[in-house]
Amino acid sequence: MNFNKLAIAAGLAGVCVASGAHAATLDDVKARGQLRCGINTGIPGFAFTDSAGNWQGFDVALCKAVAAAIFGEPNVEYVSLTGKTRFTALASGEVDMLSRNTTWTYSRDTDLKLDFAGVNYYDGQGFIVSKELGVASASELDGATICIQTGTTTELNLADYFRANNMSYEPVPIETETEAKEKFLANACDVYTTDASGLAATRSSYPNPGDYMILPEIISKEPLGPAVRHGDSEWGDIVRWSLNALIVAEEKGITAENVKEMASAAGDDPEVNRLLGTEGEYGAMMGLDQDWAVNAIAATGNYGEIFDTFLGPDTEIGLERGLNALYTDGGILYAPPFR
Amino acid sequence: MSDTHAETVAYVAKTQYDPQPPPVASSGVLGWLTQNLFSSISNTIVTVLAIALIIYMLPGMIEWAVLHSVWNAESIRECREIITNAFGEGATGACWAVIHERFGQFMYGYYPPSLRWRPDLAAVLLIVAMVPVLFRTMRPLAVAMGVLLAAKALFAVYAELTGGNAELVGPTTIAAVIFGVLALVFGSEKTRPYWLWLTFAYPVAAYFLLWGGLGLETVESSRFGGFLLTAVIGVTGIAGSLPLGILLALGRRSNLPILKAICTIFIEFIRGVPLITLLFVASTLLNYFLPPGTNFNIVLRVLIMVTLFASAYMAEVIRGGLAALPKGQYEAADALGLDYWQSMRLIILPQALKISIPGIVNTFIGLFKDTTLVSIIALQDPLGLMKPILSNSTWNGIVWELYIFIAFMFFICCFAMSRYSMFLETRLRAADRR
Repeated sequence: MNFNKLAIAAGLAGVCVASGAHAATLDDVKARGQLRCGINTGIPGFAFTDSAGNWQGFDVALCKAVAAAIFGEPNVEYVSLTGKTRFTALASGEVDMLSRNTTWTYSRDTDLKLDFAGVNYYDGQGFIVSKELGVASASELDGATICIQTGTTTELNLADYFRANNMSYEPVPIETETEAKEKFLANACDVYTTDASGLAATRSSYPNPGDYMILPEIISKEPLGPAVRHGDSEWGDIVRWSLNALIVAEEKGITAENVKEMASAAGDDPEVNRLLGTEGEYGAMMGLDQDWAVNAIAATGNYGEIFDTFLGPDTEIGLERGLNALYTDGGILYAPPFR
Repeated sequence: MSDTHAETVAYVAKTQYDPQPPPVASSGVLGWLTQNLFSSISNTIVTVLAIALIIYMLPGMIEWAVLHSVWNAESIRECREIITNAFGEGATGACWAVIHERFGQFMYGYYPPSLRWRPDLAAVLLIVAMVPVLFRTMRPLAVAMGVLLAAKALFAVYAELTGGNAELVGPTTIAAVIFGVLALVFGSEKTRPYWLWLTFAYPVAAYFLLWGGLGLETVESSRFGGFLLTAVIGVTGIAGSLPLGILLALGRRSNLPILKAICTIFIEFIRGVPLITLLFVASTLLNYFLPPGTNFNIVLRVLIMVTLFASAYMAEVIRGGLAALPKGQYEAADALGLDYWQSMRLIILPQALKISIPGIVNTFIGLFKDTTLVSIIALQDPLGLMKPILSNSTWNGIVWELYIFIAFMFFICCFAMSRYSMFLETRLRAADRR
């Protein structure tokens, strides 16, 4: 993180000079004919490669949706970024947007000069234990040995949680996900803690996933979302409303399959009509085509479809919607209205 | 006189004895064992421990890597299922199927499959370009091309048997045949200068083959990955760092103060900074300093940084060789009336470089392995490719198989370099004795 700050500080002068050129990201993207999208170098469910070498995943789908909103088809050049390079790559203009499980925090929004265009996944830190341990809740973890990745916010969250609940624990510091798996499976620690989506993915890779359970407690807030640079609100709007379009599409029952049909003529629901461009001139307000949302939804499906494809109960990862359900289904996904 | 003592001596040898074999304990297998493995108590203890360790570890390793291994499966779960069904509950085995499925990615990264003949052809031409530099005649080239064609034929047969299809006659095959025949016919030492022209032309040819241009479809460098990327970075770094290193070393020993200062500062700066820092500069900071909108290719940036980094180390290795030469050699060159470049080219450098060979090759090997650091700035070298592969829930859970495969591939390359260095040292030492 310090390196990021340093790099950004060192480059600020350059950015100031260059800010004129970055002002209209949409024009740059259109001229290039491709959206440069920063993604993770690999995280189960969110960004991974298939056997043909194509990027897939929950975060990747958002890149495709934004690109489809602009071009009509998902023309994306994926730039995989590590935790260390992601913010500088965005600030220096190497990528147009980040869609890389980045937690929306105060200091990132202000100090690092990012603009978060919404939240596409509400994550939080959780615990996984072996069923043999006989523990049903995190409040019973007093005195447990816990595998924890060092130097992360999860480490701090864990300390806070145990102190607040007057419990003690013995940390087993580990460096990587792989090491965590080996240690946890070898019973070197009773509990492993990281983001809940990561726990689900890790569990799916165990030889006997059924022997382990994720505890119901979530001890931190990790709202993950796409981010763009400060200083180009028009571009931020495009990313924000591409994401919102996917969420509204689920709310209104628009899917990748029926979107073309629904967009062919104006229907009964005025908001659907505005979204799909059969009523009003809503695409032009962002400098996009009238059918931008149609293309975005057709490219990836609505939010629910994306979730089910990469993270949902039918996948190996098997995550429930939980907080990420629509507000009408008991979750907190709530897109502002299209009007 | 001689008869005087005939009775006092019990036995006198009258004839030459046939040579006897040495005692059993000092020759043959037993002799080798006693001399090398059991020569002293401490040696015996070490030997026994080592053998015990091997006996303890080897069966498990062979069982895991060979006997219980699975080569064809759709996912890690299928692998585990096959192993459990065949060898019982709790058996573990290697799931090489992941290598089988992702072999193309490990070799070429995300290079478009329809264009993969281009890196292949570049690899064949690389051999053509390397042989004149590495050997005196072109015969090794003919051998290499023969081996290549044989391997290709074998692969085609294998593909035919397993139902796949491999095209037998492609650009690589044609190039291999042409250069193999050329090497056979015009492979003598005299033609070497002509072959060297091919070597000098190679970087241009490789650039157009890999990146496109001249009518070839352009390939984005973000599609480069796997061992292709390793080879591009490694070969460029190696080929660029030697001449740059020589110039830097000469500059540092030069009598021109400004030139000397520049070279010294450059070498000391680069050697004082970790490669990973330079890579970060290449990947992020450089963007700020270049005019906005410049699309300065990330692979190109990394190539420049790696070459500069290696050349600083190379300069110091060669400076060591220069310093090891007796002063008389320099004076002799001056006395012959040679100018600076003539004396360097004809007298000093041939000797200095010969002394430096182990150090040079050491730097090469180090550089080649350092290319894996680019995975930290998210280039998709073999190590960088592991993460997206393992993030696919089809293979999530596999670890060792990929590391072992990558280590094996690196070992082949580095071991080859090391053996060539030893071959070269032997050949040049023979010249010393002459």
